[in-house]
Amino acid sequence: MPGNRFNGFTDYGIGIGLRAPHYDHILSRKPIVDWFEIISENFMIDGGRPLHILDQILEQYKVVQHGVSMYFGSVEKPDREHLRRLKQLVKRTNTPWLSDHLCWGSVDGRYTHDLLPMPYTFEAAKLTAQKIREVRDFVEVPLAVENVSSYAEYHVSEMTEWEFLNEVVERADCGILLDVNNIYVSSRNHNFDPLTYINSVPADRVAQIHIAGHSKFQKYILDTHDHPVIDPVWKLYDRAIQRAGHTATLLEWDDSIPSFQEVHREALKANRFLAEKSLAVAV
Amino acid sequence: MRLHALQRAVARAVMQPLTPSERMQRKAPGGGRMSAYAARYIKPNDRLTSFERLEIYNRQYWFRVLGSLAEDFPGLRAVLGGRRFEAMCKAYLTERPSRCFTLRNLGAQLESWLRHNPAWVHDRRVLALDMVRLEWADIETFDGQANPPLRSEDLQKLELANLKLSIQPYVQLLELHYPVDDLLLEVKHGDDTPDRASNAVQERRKHSKVRAVTKLEPARIFLAVHRLDYSVYFRRIEPEEFVLLSALRNGKTVERAIELAFRRSPVPVPAADRAAFVQHSFQTWAALGWFCRPEANVEGK
Repeated sequence: MPGNRFNGFTDYGIGIGLRAPHYDHILSRKPIVDWFEIISENFMIDGGRPLHILDQILEQYKVVQHGVSMYFGSVEKPDREHLRRLKQLVKRTNTPWLSDHLCWGSVDGRYTHDLLPMPYTFEAAKLTAQKIREVRDFVEVPLAVENVSSYAEYHVSEMTEWEFLNEVVERADCGILLDVNNIYVSSRNHNFDPLTYINSVPADRVAQIHIAGHSKFQKYILDTHDHPVIDPVWKLYDRAIQRAGHTATLLEWDDSIPSFQEVHREALKANRFLAEKSLAVAV
Repeated sequence: MRLHALQRAVARAVMQPLTPSERMQRKAPGGGRMSAYAARYIKPNDRLTSFERLEIYNRQYWFRVLGSLAEDFPGLRAVLGGRRFEAMCKAYLTERPSRCFTLRNLGAQLESWLRHNPAWVHDRRVLALDMVRLEWADIETFDGQANPPLRSEDLQKLELANLKLSIQPYVQLLELHYPVDDLLLEVKHGDDTPDRASNAVQERRKHSKVRAVTKLEPARIFLAVHRLDYSVYFRRIEPEEFVLLSALRNGKTVERAIELAFRRSPVPVPAADRAAFVQHSFQTWAALGWFCRPEANVEGK
């Protein structure tokens, strides 16, 4: 299933996150890259260099928007100014789909600027799904929610994280941005089998996959996006594309960012799994 | 609503200031033990207590917001010193937590907050306020709105008798008491230099910044913070230019703005030189693209 209604029936390949240290390289060398993912908030501004750079990127590359602050799981209504600016950017980029996280991060108008984990309750699932629908109706593009890495669980939870994800996406009828690194990180922090998670996700809703590296501490793992992807995460990726098919894949590298070539080389390792998958289908 | 109550309780703990050793406080918001507070909401696991799991988020919050302010206000950090700057940021964020989806606006209220809380900058109040204003102007100019520039054919359509000109929204006009533009450039230059081969090099830079701050003498300056080829520049302008540009921005006619500029001039420009002064100023501003069509569409829309 190369494309589905949650990613605008597109067949995007392997992308990388557009990050400032790589601007000069990309604009001067024009490397062949399937697509770039941008952090929407970095470009929800009135003018200046960031939008100038983005316009040059848009002339040559496909761009998909990824948000970090919509907080679908926060109780309050979506911020109107946020929505207005997001829609304005959607018109500029023509992103075929839009993603943000399945989390909360603000309450009573105060922002933590973090991706805080949801309590896995039916009340939260209902509210979150309603908010996803509201945002999608406003921006008028397909929407996918991303599972986050987490370091805490709540007593009030009534289901597992993957059951909560399924409950939300079914209620909202939206797509999933499946972050296999986040599944790995959370599985280690909360002692569950990551394959159970991957096998439970509705494959026909997977619009995009994220891969990334992380940092291991003595008692927990932190999602830092500052290392190459480790083998256990590649194995999860392999399983994810076995189930979801050839899916738009993006490598996130946000801290201690190496050269463009190194980041791109790491991302292209996904081809190995995608090629095996294509071969298996052909046979 | 149960979800709302949970989010309020967790956010209060997450946004509560850390201890001096950057750990979560033992005392919970509203009193009581934080370990009991955390245990009410957060499950422990086989490696971490409820307290330790909540602490991860508490620390992440503060590292993120303090890092963001340090990145946006390196000049103020140099003026106050690292330790006092961080303490000031904690007090500011505790009283005025972020109310915007983007970290870009985290320092939007810093100037007004400092005016109400001068104890944080008591011996360097004027210098610190000047620096905050300049650094916020820098942010506003970097990604501020740009309207299409005024063309000569646009001028032909305007009535010259009551001619009004619009200044680009991204141009920020500042009247300052210290030459903080020089200081900020010096601080930024130190930060941008990629050579970080040894601690000794860093120490030398730190000392040179401190010297630059302590040596800074008051001097009234007028500044236009503007953009050229998508880079931000600090341009010193004459007092008359400042008054003239400010008057134009406030909707005064060109004729009235010129009148105001020379009326308030601290060192009057001789009458014979005024025409040349005005002509040169307008030519320069036009060349820098500071005039725009007032009714034009906003960039990005």
